[in-house]
Amino acid sequence: MLEVRLRHAYRGFRLDAEFVAPAQGVTAVFGPSGCGKTTLLAGVAGLLRPDAGRVALHGTVLLDSAQGVFVAPERRRCGVVFQDSKLFPHLSVATNLRYGMRRAPAGPGPGFAEVVELLGVGHLLARRPGALSGGERQRVALGRALLSRPRLLLLDEPLAALDVARRAEVLPFLALVRDRFAVPMLYVTHALDEVDRLADALVLMAGGRVLAAGSLEALSLRTDLPLAARRDAGAVLTCAVLAHHAGRGLSRLGFAGGELLVPLQGATVGARLRVRVRARDVSVATVRPEGLSVQNVLPAVLETIVPGQAHEAMLRLRVGESALLARVTGDAAGRLGLAPGMPVWALVKSVSLGDDRRSVEV
Amino acid sequence: MDLSPDEWEAVRVSLAVALRSVAFGLPLAVAAAWLLSRRRFLGRPVLDAFVHLPLVLPPVVTGWLLLMLFGVRGPLGRLLLEWFGVRLVFTLEGAALATAVMSFPLMVRAVRLSLDAVDPGLEAAARTLGAGPMDRFLTVTLPLILPGVLAGAVTAFAAGLGEFGAVITFVSNIPGETQTLPLAIYSATQMPGGEGAAARLSAVSFVLAVAGLLLAEGLGRRMQAWLGR
Repeated sequence: MLEVRLRHAYRGFRLDAEFVAPAQGVTAVFGPSGCGKTTLLAGVAGLLRPDAGRVALHGTVLLDSAQGVFVAPERRRCGVVFQDSKLFPHLSVATNLRYGMRRAPAGPGPGFAEVVELLGVGHLLARRPGALSGGERQRVALGRALLSRPRLLLLDEPLAALDVARRAEVLPFLALVRDRFAVPMLYVTHALDEVDRLADALVLMAGGRVLAAGSLEALSLRTDLPLAARRDAGAVLTCAVLAHHAGRGLSRLGFAGGELLVPLQGATVGARLRVRVRARDVSVATVRPEGLSVQNVLPAVLETIVPGQAHEAMLRLRVGESALLARVTGDAAGRLGLAPGMPVWALVKSVSLGDDRRSVEV
Repeated sequence: MDLSPDEWEAVRVSLAVALRSVAFGLPLAVAAAWLLSRRRFLGRPVLDAFVHLPLVLPPVVTGWLLLMLFGVRGPLGRLLLEWFGVRLVFTLEGAALATAVMSFPLMVRAVRLSLDAVDPGLEAAARTLGAGPMDRFLTVTLPLILPGVLAGAVTAFAAGLGEFGAVITFVSNIPGETQTLPLAIYSATQMPGGEGAAARLSAVSFVLAVAGLLLAEGLGRRMQAWLGR
């Protein structure tokens, strides 16, 4: 478990953030540019000495201003992947990769050959960072941080400096690292698709403060957060691949309380898939509709109606043990006489699959 | 062009003085440049001014101050003599000290310029990878500022060959001990019939200066390539 509480004032900017992140998996720190995400990360890494605060990782105190504890960054064992890689330009890729490894205490951890193979950087070992593409640089930086056997991996917008094509060169490797190694990650980003793809938990920030922290699934359903105002707002569901119907070109996904049919997936049966069902892709009907091209018509119970911006309403629908959000016009809500507790049918027009970044019509 | 034994002696003394001044001054210059570039402390503006003082003071004044400090009856000179039996006045070592003080600002400026160009983020990255202060200085910072260190050393060496005012004031003009090239040229011009010697020594000074510049240029380019720039 990672406990973070930081207070810092710097040139008119105030950071006052507190959250607890799980000991496992990826916790995304998400918020607009300038909301203090990077300052927060620097405070956890020890590169910034905050005015006040406490950072503890698995019970080990790294910072406690009240007790006068400040562990120097070189002894925190927090690997950092910076936005602009910060590879040492005078050293080869191999020497860069080994820099932290040589200085880490002996113990179990990712091996050199294993990391090089996993990140696909074997053909780059003799090169200097100056001769690498942006995507290659970030993969080497990720490897360098991993090989220092960190207790926590801190990633500061590792894809933000890359164009779309280069991002696609790095994102799958981040997922591989998450799945292969047990090291917890704190992942700073302002891109929601990276959150969907990688994160298990979410810390939502704005203006130097933490608005909410919790599981991605739970926070995606909150209508009181700025997340709900986004065009891509919607419920995140963790699904398992139940079956493939090659003849129909469809795969069947199961989630707690229901099933979804999506275009045929490459993932094996039983694999875990993260799906975001965007609120604007969900319609509701008060009677079971017939003669529809839409594949997914789910029985649901309307839980809440929250008026949104510009004559819109956000509906929260309970589907079994899960929930969906639906964005409809305020007029429609009135016309259908929608009220909390009503049974409705949720029509899911498309889902975006966390595994790749396209959204698919179903 | 044949040099007389006395003239060769002046060349030897000049090279010995310049070499010692760089060997002695460079580590201190790197330390001073690092302090000025990377640290924020109370006496920083004072240190900055003090380092640059020899650049703006008349060299004769610098030599006179050294004489006051390091003369056999000066506060530091007496300690050196009593504790280590080292006398700087009228010696080659003294000439090297005067030269080092004069060329110190040149070295500090060159090193500091390249230090300012090194991304502090690289040092931060080294920290997060477990490198302590000396470790990251030696493995990250120093390699990246080597071109600047080298440029500072060569410039200081070339300038040190020609240091005049501070040397003659502090350690006088003793052939074979403190008589460097410019002092020998000055002496030659003061003697009847010394024009030939002055011309020959001036030519040597010219050749050494040009060779120094070419060496610095070549080494600098090679080092930049080695650094992967």
